[in-house]
Amino acid sequence: MAKYAFFLGCIAPLRYPGLEKSTRVISERLGLELVDIQDASCCPAPGVIRAFSRDAWLAAAARNLALAEKMGLPIVTICNGCYGSLFEAAHELNNNADKLAAINKILAEIGMEYKGTTQVRHFAEVLYNDVGIEKIKAAITKPLDYQVATFYGCHFLKPSEIKEIDDPENPHILDDLVEATGATSLPRKQKTLCCGAGGGLKAAFGDVAKEFTKTNLENMTESGAKYIVDVCPFCHLQFDSVQGDLGYSIPVLHLSQLYGIAMGMSAEDLGLSAHVVPVKL
Amino acid sequence: MNITEIKPNPEFEAEIVAAGGEDVKMCFQCGTCTASCPSGRRTSYRVRKLMRMAQLGLKDQIVNSEELWECSTCYTCVERCPRSVPIVDVVIALRNIAVAEGHIYDNHKKTAASFYKTGHTVGINDKIKALRSSMGLPEIPPTVLSNKKAMEDVDKILKATGFNKIVE
Ligand code: SF4
Ligand code: SF4
Repeated sequence: MAKYAFFLGCIAPLRYPGLEKSTRVISERLGLELVDIQDASCCPAPGVIRAFSRDAWLAAAARNLALAEKMGLPIVTICNGCYGSLFEAAHELNNNADKLAAINKILAEIGMEYKGTTQVRHFAEVLYNDVGIEKIKAAITKPLDYQVATFYGCHFLKPSEIKEIDDPENPHILDDLVEATGATSLPRKQKTLCCGAGGGLKAAFGDVAKEFTKTNLENMTESGAKYIVDVCPFCHLQFDSVQGDLGYSIPVLHLSQLYGIAMGMSAEDLGLSAHVVPVKL
Repeated sequence: MNITEIKPNPEFEAEIVAAGGEDVKMCFQCGTCTASCPSGRRTSYRVRKLMRMAQLGLKDQIVNSEELWECSTCYTCVERCPRSVPIVDVVIALRNIAVAEGHIYDNHKKTAASFYKTGHTVGINDKIKALRSSMGLPEIPPTVLSNKKAMEDVDKILKATGFNKIVE
């Protein structure tokens, strides 16, 4: 069984635990073994913590990478923000001996060392590349007929120069993953437009962030979508929490929850009561 | 017509380099970034102009500007820049310089303080604890939140990088 070090982050376990639960359940069904990284912290968040202090960001990220390195497993995360931070920190440290040495001076203070070997993966990409669409289709017990707006977010595919997962301007991987459940992914305008929450925008200029979300919601509505499917708890939070103010109510599901529904999980185990926009099964 | 003389600012240039924004010098001002920028469509932020201001060493204007904080780090501009300027890294570098001089929004300070205090950027509450238990998940996730020693470790490395100065 393919094994991964499961990095939880902040928003999934502390705001939408259904995302964590459904990831655990569907992984088991798909033959992926997720082992918790004990004692990990926030990734730390790339748009805020990194914007305040790159040094603090890199040191705390290195600690998380070192925890997974000790387990001898690649990290898997269901969050674009965690993926962005940990992937970029690993890219920086795994390829630069000077930076690694500088970080290890700091880690030595807590008796830790990072050797520069941890690989960082996004759960959606693991599903696509390691499990594969055919095996996913075979695990679906309750095919769905949902009309879906897929939402990639920004840090899943970009910067594509180092991530090399899919074409960031015209991606298909999430659409394929959604359609494996029987659902239809509808085409729409500006599909890769940011949700608006990143970079500290949600916290400092919430109204500007909402303007981004609003354009996305207009385009999703025009496409006829009845569900939004994301791969990031922060995009998830943004779409779920601001729709009311903007006069929309399109249910928001993380890909793990969509798979959970298609594999027969209950509303309770999907954690739907934590959602602001009601999701009816 | 007013003409303002802009003097070279080698100290600021060195600060940008130290903070990881060195490649801003590669920018040749084509404007592809601004044309691609979803934030620029909704605010007065102009990313091409910010790159130019950084090249020209206009530190005071940059660190005092609201626009510096209007980038959502979506990377659209980075994907399209014909000079491969790591624009988001430059924005981050400029923000680091601004924060080091005390320019930080209250809500950002709160996020920083939460990270410093708990190791997470958001807190846990009773409702979430109950929900977690009801789903068969541990009430408190197996992160730093469950281990005091781990929490102290995070605290130590943050202090070693001077992060405490930002939140205190
Ligand atoms: S796209 Fe690149 S080269 Fe063109 S103005 Fe923006 S940063 Fe400069
Ligand atoms: S990364 Fe920032 S500057 Fe670049 S396009 Fe996105 S919001 Fe604009």
